[in-house]
Amino acid sequence: MRLGSLRPLLPLAPALVFLGVFFVQPLARMVALSFGAADGPFAHYVRAVESPVYLKVLGMTFQTALGVTLICVLLGVPTAWFLAGLRGRLGTVLVVAVILPFLTSILIRTYAWMAILGRNGVVNQVLLATGLTSAPLPLIHNTFGVYVGMVHVLLPFMVLPVYSVMTGIDPTLFRAAQSLGATPARTLRTVVLPLSLPGIASGALLVFLIAIGFYITPALLGGVGDVMISNLIEVQVIELLNWGFASALAFVLLLATVVIMLLFDRVLGLDRLTV
Amino acid sequence: MRAVLAGIAVVTLLFLALPVFVVLPLSFSASPYLEFPPAGLSLQWYARYFESPKWSGATLLSVEIALGVTALSLLLGVPAAFSLVRAEFRGKGLLLALFMSPIIVPYIVTAIAVYFLFARLGFVGSPLALLLAHTLLALPKVVVIVAAALKGFDRTLERASMSLGAGRLTTFYRVTYPSIRPGVITAGLFAFLTSFDELIITMFISGATAVTLPKRMWDAVRLEIDPTIAAASSLIIAIAVFILTATELLRQRAGRIRIPMA
Repeated sequence: MRLGSLRPLLPLAPALVFLGVFFVQPLARMVALSFGAADGPFAHYVRAVESPVYLKVLGMTFQTALGVTLICVLLGVPTAWFLAGLRGRLGTVLVVAVILPFLTSILIRTYAWMAILGRNGVVNQVLLATGLTSAPLPLIHNTFGVYVGMVHVLLPFMVLPVYSVMTGIDPTLFRAAQSLGATPARTLRTVVLPLSLPGIASGALLVFLIAIGFYITPALLGGVGDVMISNLIEVQVIELLNWGFASALAFVLLLATVVIMLLFDRVLGLDRLTV
Repeated sequence: MRAVLAGIAVVTLLFLALPVFVVLPLSFSASPYLEFPPAGLSLQWYARYFESPKWSGATLLSVEIALGVTALSLLLGVPAAFSLVRAEFRGKGLLLALFMSPIIVPYIVTAIAVYFLFARLGFVGSPLALLLAHTLLALPKVVVIVAAALKGFDRTLERASMSLGAGRLTTFYRVTYPSIRPGVITAGLFAFLTSFDELIITMFISGATAVTLPKRMWDAVRLEIDPTIAAASSLIIAIAVFILTATELLRQRAGRIRIPMA
């Protein structure tokens, strides 16, 4: 290869070196560390699968991610459909309710839910003041709190892709369906939903993908039993200084992510990751 | 059927908007503890926020790091976006995936990998470590936003400029750059916000010495739900509103601006 043919690639070099040094190399060393147990290369992995505690955390992580994804689909698809029907007239609703929370950090939103659902939070103050309950309800530090917080953070990732696909549907198709006698419900079922499927699929995959790596929300809103894999990794690194085992858990999480991403790319294409 | 779906949508939208509308009033509360709706209004939490060196110092550090991240990620990302859009080469898809991967790989995974690196180098607790780690997360966003702006750029304009006698540099500064500037500014804004908001990697590598605003908030949230956090949150929300408005204005003027999701 002539040197001249490499010239167009030269602007990539600084960024590539940066990614190599601060991303690829640390990840590779982490993976190597996960296979570096004193008692055999797979010892950390065996420990992760043999211990009921860790297996439970893995199961809990996927179960929570799946549950949250399902709720996001059930709430997000009607919401996107409703917003698409507004056709820009109420675009501010979209911005305030979907995009602004989307840009507000997870920590702030989780804090807000602590203030709303906590023991002395807004909901309990209202319930006590109106006499609906005599003692504060336990709304956080349990699985319910984790679900509320996670669904809130992840819903925009569901609504935005579905919304953008739905606004892209040719409106003459609706008129065609109506003129052929379809009710609005039937139009929704036979025209809107099938055409929105790529958006729904990409939203659901994205939500699931982000959900399995969640850390902040389970840590703040969850109870003792609501430990996700990320929380387990943090404890292993910071408190137990068990880097090798933490690396093994992280590699499992990484592999799960890669598999989902490959699926995403195969089915939808990675360029769907923007709005 | 229609009414049921619209009902679900309205409730969902209220659910999404609720936290912002609780945090803002709480930050102006005159009460010494969390009380909603606040019985009286005051600026006491903002005063405490600005007067406390713990909070203002953390804010200043976050701004400094975010500015550094903006500069570094633009410096690395803009040229990379040019090559990724304009050069044709084998393995381009793979390279694109590599550039996107820091925001796709779960943050906790990147966080511990980077933490191991900086711990080995004795770099934990250094603002420079935070700058480098945050740039990792800002870079994919810069590349995606600038690449989208470049894709919409009509290259015949460059050929026209050069056929009229302008050199490569003049053409870049007078033709190409002005046309993609809205994309570059948006990229910079998102790079800033990415760093300003980052918590997970920061938690590992900030140590006791490089405490950024999100880290400060994290420590405070775990100890007590102090309304000072509401004041800090409201300020960060204000920054997000500013960035959102700026992006919308740029989008209206230039179109072709895409925002990465993760």
